[in-house]
Order: sequence, then C-alpha cells, then structure tokens
Amino acid sequence: MSARDIAAPVLLVAVLAVLPFFASGTMLNFLVSALIVALGAQGWNLLAGFGGQLSFGHAAFFGTGAYVTALLQIRFGINAWAGMAAGIALGAVVGWVIGFLSFRARLRGSYFALVTLAFAEVLRILANAADFTGGAAGLLIRLQPGFGNLQFPDRGVFLWLVLGCILFVLLLTASIERSRFGAQLVAVRENEDAARALGVDVLATKLKAISLSAAITAAAGCLYMQNFLYLDANIAYGTWISVEVLIASIIGGLGTVLGPVVGALALHGLGEATKLVSGQITGIDLAIFGAVLILSVAFAPNGVMGLRRLFKGRAG
Amino acid sequence: MYSPEIIAEAVVNGLLTGGTYALIALGLTLVYGVLHIVNFAHGALLTCAMFAVLGMHLWLGVDPYWSILPLAAVFFAFGYGLQRFVIGPSSHGEDRNTLLVTLGLSIILENLLLAAFKSDTRTLGADTAFDVIELGPMLLSRPRLIGFAVALVTAGLLWLLLSATDTGRAIRAVAKEKLGAQLSGIDPRHIFAVTFGIGCACLAVAACLLLPTFYVNPRVGNAFVLVAFTIVVLGGMGSITGALVGGLLVGVVESLGGLLLGESLGQLGIFLIFILMLLVRPTGLFGARA
Repeated sequence: MSARDIAAPVLLVAVLAVLPFFASGTMLNFLVSALIVALGAQGWNLLAGFGGQLSFGHAAFFGTGAYVTALLQIRFGINAWAGMAAGIALGAVVGWVIGFLSFRARLRGSYFALVTLAFAEVLRILANAADFTGGAAGLLIRLQPGFGNLQFPDRGVFLWLVLGCILFVLLLTASIERSRFGAQLVAVRENEDAARALGVDVLATKLKAISLSAAITAAAGCLYMQNFLYLDANIAYGTWISVEVLIASIIGGLGTVLGPVVGALALHGLGEATKLVSGQITGIDLAIFGAVLILSVAFAPNGVMGLRRLFKGRAG
Repeated sequence: MYSPEIIAEAVVNGLLTGGTYALIALGLTLVYGVLHIVNFAHGALLTCAMFAVLGMHLWLGVDPYWSILPLAAVFFAFGYGLQRFVIGPSSHGEDRNTLLVTLGLSIILENLLLAAFKSDTRTLGADTAFDVIELGPMLLSRPRLIGFAVALVTAGLLWLLLSATDTGRAIRAVAKEKLGAQLSGIDPRHIFAVTFGIGCACLAVAACLLLPTFYVNPRVGNAFVLVAFTIVVLGGMGSITGALVGGLLVGVVESLGGLLLGESLGQLGIFLIFILMLLVRPTGLFGARA
C-alpha cells in the first residue's frame, strides 16, 4: 500500500469523525444509520465490485450478525462485544456455506443473484417462525448504557465506533486491491475461464471473498442491533438491506475502495432530502433510490468515483 | 391424519391455483428465453396489474373477467415501452446491467404504489369470491376453476402465436440466434420489446384471474415473484412446457405444504425446492441447454 492508498480513507474518516463536535442529535442519528449501511455496502462491494459476483441476498449476513449479537446477550447473558465477535464469525460461516453451495454448483450472474435472494428469504421465514428468535414479535435488548454493553449515552462515541470499523475495512480493501488475492479476484471477475487457465483457484478465491464480504456485512448487522436495540425478521433478513447495500455501492462506484461509503452517504442524504421536500409520504424515497440505480447504470456505470475520474481525465 | 378426500381436495385446489402460477411463470420464462435476462420487475409489474384490475372494478365498475382483454392490451403496450425505451437503452447490452435495471424498476414501481395506495391490503369484496362447485366429494372454488380454464386457454394462444405467426417465428429466431435473425432483417430491439410486452400481457391476464379471490397490497407481487422464479427454474429457464408443468407442480406443493405444515412453512417448501433445483439441476426438469 502506498501513502496515497492510506491517505484518502484516513482523510474521509477524519472529516466524518469531527462531526460529533458540531452536529445536532438528528444529524448524528442520520450519520450513524447511513454509515451502518455504508459498512454493509463495503462488504457487498468486496464480493460484487471486486469479485463480480452480484448478490441480491446480503440480508442473510446482515441478519445473522444482528440476530447472533442480540440472542447471545438476551438468551445467554453474554457480553455485547463477544456477541458482536460471534456475530461476525457466524456471518462469515453463513457466507462460506452459501458460497460453497452456489459456487460449487457453478452458479453465476442471474442464477447467483436469485439463489442468494432465496437463501435470505429462507432465513427470514425461519427467524419469523421460530420462538427462539422471538418470532414475529422480534427481539429487544434492554437499554443499559455502558462500555461493556456496547451502548453509549453519547451518540458521538457510537459514531466513532462505526467509523473505526469503516476505516478498518477501507484499509483492508485497499490492501486487498494491491494484494495477490485482489488480483486473483479481479481476474475471476473479468474472465473466470482465463483465470483458471492461469492457475487461479477460482472456487477458493470466490469463497475467501464471500466469507470476508459476509463478515463485513454481518458487522454492520451487529452495529445496527446495538444502535436500535430492536429487530425482527423483516428488518434483519428483509430485502431492504440487500437492496440498499447494492445501490450504495453502485452509485458510489462498483469495485472502488471509497465508493460504498460515498454512495451510502449520498443515497441517505438524497433520501432525507426527499423526505423534507415531499413530507412523510412512505415509499417516495425508495422509489427515488430505484430511479437513481437505473440512472447510474445507464449514465454513470462507475458511479460517483467514476465521475470524479472522468472529470480528472478531462482536466488533465 | 387427514382423510383422502381432504388431501384430494388440496391437490385439485393446488392444481387450479397452479394454472395461474403457470401463467405468471410463462411471462417470465418467455422473457428469459428470448432476452436471456431474469426480469426482477416481474413481481412489481404483477402488482401494478392487480391494482389496475382493482381500479377498473372500483372506479369503472368493470368485472375482473371483462378487464382481461383491455388490460392485456394496455400492459402489452406498457411492457413494450419499458423494454424499448428504458431497460434496453440503459443496459448497454450487458446482462448484469439488465438485472440491475429491472431491480431498480421493481423498486420504483413497488414504492410508487406504496406512496399512492399506502400499505393497506384491499380486496375486490365481490360476493362471488366464495362460490363453490361440487364435484363428487370435493368442493372446488368457482373463481379458481375459471382462472384455471382461462390460464390454459391463454397458454394455448401463446403457443399458437409462437408457432404459427410471423412474429412468433421472429421471436424464436431471435431467441436461438440473434445475429442470424438480424441478418435476415429482423430488428432484435423490436422483438425484445414485443416479448417483454407479451410477458406483461400474461401478467395482466393473471392479475384478472387472481383478483376475485386474492388480496392486493403494494408488496403482493413479491409473494408471487419467487414462486414464479421457482417454477421457471423447475421447468427449465426458457421452456414453455416447463413453465406449465412447473406451475401446476408448485401449486400442488404449496397447497399440500400449507395443509400439512401451515401457511408460512408451506412457503418455505417452495424456497427449498427452488434452492435445491438451482444447486443440483439449474437447467430444470425440462431444460434443453446443458
């Protein structure tokens, strides 16, 4: 990694990190929600942006992270930090299993998108039906602010925690981009058969990518749980999160390090702006998300990061 | 345990529902067969069609069955326009983009309906919804029986269209060999749009058949879309016979699953079949391409 690879992520996170000193409570709430989606999107982008495997079911990992964190605390009285670590680990396991089943069956493109969607739906139905997961009523973590419970009376501290995770993943992604594994991943994305011919273990590369990707998105799920202290099957395993991480990555810039974070902030900013303009009409903000997705695919296939590059190219 | 009569009734009712499922899947499989894309907006388009049927009934007082022809025409035009002017141009000929554009469309349509009609669940409230016909020891729902018949007729007409008309030949030509078709003077963009239009027209017919017994809300299409995907995968992507047989099969599985396991777990059965099919035999039971 060069100094430049490190500078841009650190700068972005540093700017966001000073906000708690100025921003209002509403603003902080907005930032936390947007950044949790950004973290989830970073996970999605690793698999889809760098590896070319378009998942429509990242809710499977998000939900697993959230449920494991919550269940360990509620049912077994386990410390929230340990719960989060377990949530991330189990998210990675779920990712590996789904990846193993579908990549071994050589599913790609539409088929992979469909099967990931179906896996997430199966988990949603199961979590909605089982008593252990709180069924349709959902799960509630008791409000008990304290460092050990991963609940902070000061919203700013929680924001820093989320930012810390994001910075870690930004640097991880930047280092992957420069690594052997990153090169193999991109080779698999561009042409699977050619990559195999060059001696890349395609299955192992994809599995590594989906496990890492799932772990990151599961971390977002854990933080979501600790932020809102409530979830049910439709939140945790709902299609909303699969769709938001996808749109955020695409409008930010598929396969770029900063793209998902920039995209998630832009997307949520747009969502809030729409709500301000239209009043509280449910659905309008999401309809606009959909329109942004289509416009981005049609006119800016490399997202915001691509626009920047275009601008640079013309200027220089 | 359940008596044989109850099981038989569940099977027959499943078959009847399966007819409408098959119709929904038919549109999806046709679009896949020709455009080689999975249309993620299929469910949202079905929801649109169901709201259209509801609107025709509430505001114009038109019986759902009389809405079949006009709505099929309107949805054909709508689908044609969508593919010709939105999906086609914005995908730049890349499958991945088409997938994302149809996903975006489904998000837009679903949420516009949500904004316009709120998330309330509505029904036609027609008193004919519970009409039954006695057939031996079984009680069969009359609207479902009609639905089954109309679905079969529609499938037959579609088959005729594909096998006996010039447009049908052009559609099959583009599906098999796009470049060759283009060289013989067929405009693939037009044929793509026609195919997408036919897919939407199938949905309009299905909506007219569903509404007498089913409810509508802005997310209702989601319930059907994975069922339709399951059918299409089961029958083999692009296979028309496959969609018909798969539709009937899934109708029966859902009906029996609902009877034996309860409503939500019955749905689980469909998803599991779907995943298993994809993992074990993605070409489907009738898939031609290996």
